[in-house]
This record gives sequence, C-alpha cells and structure tokens, in this order.
Amino acid sequence: MAKVLVKGNEAIAKAAIKAGCQCYFGYPITPQSEIGEYMGRHLPELGRTFITAESELASINMVIGAGTTGTKAMTSSSSCGIALMQEAFSAMCCAEVPGVIISVMRGGPGLGNIAPAQADYFQALKGGGNGDYKLIVLSPSNVQEAIDLTYRAFHLAIKYRNPVMLLADGILGQMMEPAEFKEYPYNDPDVSEWALSGADNRPARNIVSLHMPEGALEELTNRIFEKYELIAKNETTYEDYMLSDAKLVLTAFGTVGRVARAAVKRARENGMKVGLFRPVTLSPFPDRDLHEAAKKADMILDLELNKGQMLLDVRSAVFGACPVEFYGRTGGGLLTPDMIYSKIEELYKTLDSKKEAGVR
Amino acid sequence: MADMSVIISGFGGQGALFAGILLCHTAVFEGKYTTWFPAYGAEMRGGAVNCAVNISDDEVPSPIIDEADAVIALNEASQAKFENRVKSGGFMIVNSSLSRLKPKRTDIKYINIPLNELAHKLTQPAFVNVMALGAFIEKTGILKLESIKEVMTEMAKTVSAKKAALLPNNIECVEFGANIIKNQLVTV
Amino acid sequence: METLVYKRPESLLKDGHFTFCPGCGHGVVLRIIAELIDEYNLQKDTIAISSVGCSIFLEKFFNLDVAGASHGRSPCVATGVKRCKPDKFVFTYQGDGDAATIGFNETIHTACRGEHLTTIMINNTNFGMTGGQASATTLAGQVTTTTPAGRNPELTGYPLHAAEIVAKCDGTAYCARVAITDTKNIRKAKEAIRKAFEAQIKGLGYGFVEVLAACPTNWHMPPVEAVKHIGNVIETVHPVGVFKDITAKEQL
Repeated sequence: MAKVLVKGNEAIAKAAIKAGCQCYFGYPITPQSEIGEYMGRHLPELGRTFITAESELASINMVIGAGTTGTKAMTSSSSCGIALMQEAFSAMCCAEVPGVIISVMRGGPGLGNIAPAQADYFQALKGGGNGDYKLIVLSPSNVQEAIDLTYRAFHLAIKYRNPVMLLADGILGQMMEPAEFKEYPYNDPDVSEWALSGADNRPARNIVSLHMPEGALEELTNRIFEKYELIAKNETTYEDYMLSDAKLVLTAFGTVGRVARAAVKRARENGMKVGLFRPVTLSPFPDRDLHEAAKKADMILDLELNKGQMLLDVRSAVFGACPVEFYGRTGGGLLTPDMIYSKIEELYKTLDSKKEAGVR
Repeated sequence: MADMSVIISGFGGQGALFAGILLCHTAVFEGKYTTWFPAYGAEMRGGAVNCAVNISDDEVPSPIIDEADAVIALNEASQAKFENRVKSGGFMIVNSSLSRLKPKRTDIKYINIPLNELAHKLTQPAFVNVMALGAFIEKTGILKLESIKEVMTEMAKTVSAKKAALLPNNIECVEFGANIIKNQLVTV
Repeated sequence: METLVYKRPESLLKDGHFTFCPGCGHGVVLRIIAELIDEYNLQKDTIAISSVGCSIFLEKFFNLDVAGASHGRSPCVATGVKRCKPDKFVFTYQGDGDAATIGFNETIHTACRGEHLTTIMINNTNFGMTGGQASATTLAGQVTTTTPAGRNPELTGYPLHAAEIVAKCDGTAYCARVAITDTKNIRKAKEAIRKAFEAQIKGLGYGFVEVLAACPTNWHMPPVEAVKHIGNVIETVHPVGVFKDITAKEQL
C-alpha cells in the first residue's frame, strides 16, 4: 500500500480504528482535538461508539467501563487533561483493565501554552496516580511510528490487561507527513476468560481496585509487578542509530529523536563518532541496553523538551558508566538540528581533552 | 541532496494552509520526504494563518522551520511577520497586490507579484495561492510543474462536483504562476 | 404441605452476608435489587457498577458480575459498559456522597445523554463509610462530624435535591425518590426501582431512584428512631415522589 500524506492526530485516530477500537471517549483540548473530530466523523458510521464526555475524568472512566468488558477503547487528551485522569490510571493498573490513552503533550506547567513540549514524561511514567503501578508508555518520533505504535498500544493493552499510553507531542499531532497504513499485525488474546459479560453459567466475576483483606493488596501488587517484569523482558524496544562505535551517545525520545538523528548524521559526516539511543518504549525503559551503550561510550548527552525528566532514567540506567550531560528547552521552546549539532561539537571537543588528561 | 523549506502565510481564506498541503502531496507524488506543520490553536484565531513545508530527498529532521529557504507572503502582515525568517540568500514571494511594504533586507531576493490582479484578470474564480505555488516551483525547480498539475487532477476526483469544476481554473493559475518566472514577467 | 413463601434471591451470593450496621438501609435495597433481577431473569446478563462508600462491596453480596468505579465515576464506567454491550443490563449503586456530591456532574451528564442504564442512589445525608461527614444532601442544621454545630447554609450551602434535578434532564425516563421506612414504603421503593429498571429494559432512557435510608451509626440514633427520623424530618426536605415517568406513557 502506498504512502499517503496524513496529519499525526488523524493518523493516530485512523490507526486506532484499524486496530479495532470500538469506543472513543474524549474531551477536546489543543493540540490533539483532531483525534476526537476524526473519531466523531468515522466511529458512528461504523456502528461504533463516540462520546464527547463531560470531562477527562469521565472519558477515562468510560474507557474503564469498556475495558472491563474486554472491548478495545481509547481516550485522548493533552497535558492538563491527562492530569485529570491519573486516579483512573492507577485504578486500571490495579484492577487490570485494558485501555489506550493518547497523550499529545503541550507546554506546561499549569495551563501552560499549546506549543509542543515533552514535559509530561514524569506524568506518564512516574505520575500522579496513587500506589505502585506502571503504565506501558510508547513514544513515536514520526507519523509512521505513531500509526505502528497505536496498533501496538491496543495489542499490548489487551495482551497484558494494562493501560497503554502513546506519548506524542504537539509537533507530531499537528504535522503532516507521508505514512503507510498497514493492516493491524497482531493476534489479540481471547478476553472471554476474564471479561465481564454477566454470570451466565459461570461464577460471578468482579473487576475492582479495592482489596481490603490483610495481605491481599500486597499479593496482588507483587503479582502485577511480576507481570511488569515480563513486559520488560518481552516488549522493550529502542532505536539504535550508529551506536556501535559511538563515543558520544545522544539519548532522546519522541520528535526530539528525529531531530537528534539529523544532528548525528551531520556529526558523522564531519568525522565525529556520535550515535543515538532512542527509547521507543519509555515504560518499560530500555535500561539494560542503555547501560551497555554507555559502557562503550565516553559520554551521554540527553536531549529533551523539558527541564530534564527522562534524564533521571538515563542516569539510573547509565549508573556511572560514563558522564551524562543534559541539554533541553522547556515551555514550548524547541531544539533544532543546528542547536543539537552545536552542542555535539562543544561536548565532543571535551571528550578529546579529557582523554588527553587521562580522565574518563 | 536537494531539500527546501518554505513558509506559506496569508490571511484566512487565501488558502495558505491548503497551498502547503498541495505542495506536500506533490512531494509525495515525486517520492520525496516531506512535512507540513501549521500554526495551530489560538494562533489561528486572529485571521492570519501559516504553515511550514519541508521537501527533501532524505528524512526531514524537524517539521518546524526557524529559518526558511523561502517564504510565500500572500499579504502585507505575512511579509512583515516572516521577512526575518528567510535564510540569508533565500527569497520571498510577495503578493504585491496586498502589500505596500518596502523590502527591509538586502541579503534576500524579493519576488513581487501582483497575484490578485493577475489571477483575477486570468480567471474567475481565481486562486492566488496556487498561482504563487506555480511561481515557487518554477523558481526552485524542487518539484515539477507537471506533478502538481497531476496531483490537482487526482485531488479533484475526490472532492465534490462543485469543487472539482474549479480544476481548470487551478491549472490555469498554477501554469500562469510558473510562466511569470519563466518569462520574467516580474523582476526577480 | 409446606409452601415456600420466602427464599433467598439467586442474585445474592449464598454466603454473602451483609456487613452493614444495625438499622442501615443498604441491605434492604440490595435485596430489592436482587429480587428484581431474579424476577426479570437478568442475572446472567447483569453487570453491576459499584461506587465508593458503604455501597462499595457489591461483589461480596451479589452473585453478579461487578465492575468497580472510583469516587463518583460509576455512571461513566456504566456508560462504557453499556455502550459496548447494549444487550446487557447495567446499573450503578451509589450513595449521596458519591452520586450527588463528588459525582453529580457525571450523574447529570449521564441523564442528559439518556444512557440506557439505571442508578440507585442511597441518600442517608452523610458520608457514611468515612465516618459521618456532611455531604451535598445534608440537611440544614444537621449535625455531622464536619458540621458539629449543625449545617449552616450561610457557611456550607443548602442541601442538593438530586432526584428533582435529574428529573429535569431530557434523557431521564424515570426518576423518583422513595423512603424505606416501613413495609408499605419498601414495597413502593421496589416498584420505583422496577420502573427504573424497565426504563432500561425497554430502552427508554436513564432511570434514577433516590432511596432515603437510615444511617443510625452516624446519625447517633437507635435504628427505630433513625427510621422514624426519615419520615419526620428528612422527607420534609427531600420529599418522596415520582418526578418523572415516561414508562407509563410508553405503555399506553
């Protein structure tokens, strides 16, 4: 199938429909409103459900309702709207309810602005909801990947009975570029073993997140964390761009990854051994692989459109194997290929001087 | 590697955003990498709209353009806003029908075309955005005129009959835009 | 010859003993719901949505599939379930702290959308499970742990009349307030809930029944006195009645 020119938000919506999404529940917010608009146009004509909910709280709880029946459902929002959903994410992880959340980040904190940003990494990975829980978080860097990862989000949600977030940003949501809609490539597991459907010739089931008997919550949480280990083992992915001999390794996620890739290419053309490590799954984070890359490198440069959020996971993964530098902008400020290239030049020089001084 | 970045700006209704999309479709038609990025949200409520288009033989790193190889300014406000965003050595197509601003820079080229007058003399209804694209394509050679005509013809098959009936006008406008440059009808 | 005149509803778990305080109204209403689900033979098709408060442990009492919802969000969870499985019977079981306080926006919007589901809201005019704090429906002058001098409307506003407001929503098919104060009124309550269920079964829209129930523990009253208090005091502020009923019209 040929590539078509498509806007990021619409690509995500279309991919969700192709992935078998039966219900969309959402509340408009820039810069992702085209997702809801696309769903509002297309889901009803397919006989599927579209509701503009009264709030993001309502949206995500409708996703929970759909998820308890084993139905593929999604919501989408942006920064301050995602903030309202945090309680539900925690409940979904605890009750093992599948669901897909599209987060198209804008500038924060507060209402912030509507410019592209990446300052909701913490919100997605460490965020907001109570208790021990983890979302699966996927990070696309271009429209093609947004499509492919939307497919994957629906599959992983059903496969592991856990909420999956596609963490995009305003650039990806608003931009158009050519991309291809392949067929949904996954075989999803049967949900009839656990989904609510009425206690018809079987014992009644419940999908709840309150577990009061002594020891019950600890046992449950331990089991769910064993599942997270399995997810980390099976599903962790990242992009390796010219890492094999890289002395300076860039780390970046999402659209910053594609900008960084161009800077790496230019650095290579100018004889600098630079590579890019771009996590595709932010959760599970590819920490072991990053540690291996760091062991071979002289320095890591972490690039983000925030004040240093993934940086904490990068440092934790590197664990002292080499120094970690950070370069970022916030509040809607962007990193250009030129800016990243200049930073590469600046740091690359210090690598040589450190080597001469015998410093690692 | 040929690549080109252009910002297209105008007021709402002039078709600046659509011109960008049309350019992208043409790039896809020629098998090139391309991106389109609009000014969105509150920024588009004031009546002025713009979009950034990249066309490249290689993957486009960022769809956002700080400094563009070219700017197409369909009105005076757009010229004022984006004059400083043209790369040194780049050029700016100015719709002189709707802008009386004197050029501020000496390191870029200004191609002043009275698009409204020319287009309206040519055909009714007229399409200044498409005429500007004709000039842009001819000036840069980044895409072929035949390609954009083919893309427009294909697009006409997917729209309402009323819109599709405007295809000949669009073709006329894009061809005329190219001829302006080819035949040096304006000072370049 | 013996005739069975009383049996445990199939929709209640055989070993699901109610754990409510003496004189609490929850057990009565849960039993009414179970009886009606049995009567309509809906057990195999029912998905019940629990809420937060004393209304939370549905899965410990009902022999029904149960989905749990966070504070005030049961109507949203129910909406998600019902839209995916329109052939299932879906109801939410909530208290006044849940449906009329933290979740009233959700209640109203669910009613306005005319979702084909049913809400049973127990109104005992306080947050029971957390220890008797004032809720939106708390009466003026009512003593609670957060209004020790009695609710002063000048400081904390006026009681919210949930059923009256829900009845105003165009998507509401049936809306009533009942009080489970004696056998006669319990029968009336059952008939109200029956109509709310039928509104869903017939696809007419949203059904909402507010049930005035005693909370002797937090009202600091013996059970008998607490039940009398409903009729003598609470009903003067939250009057019983049918506020909307299109099911009757539909039958004609």
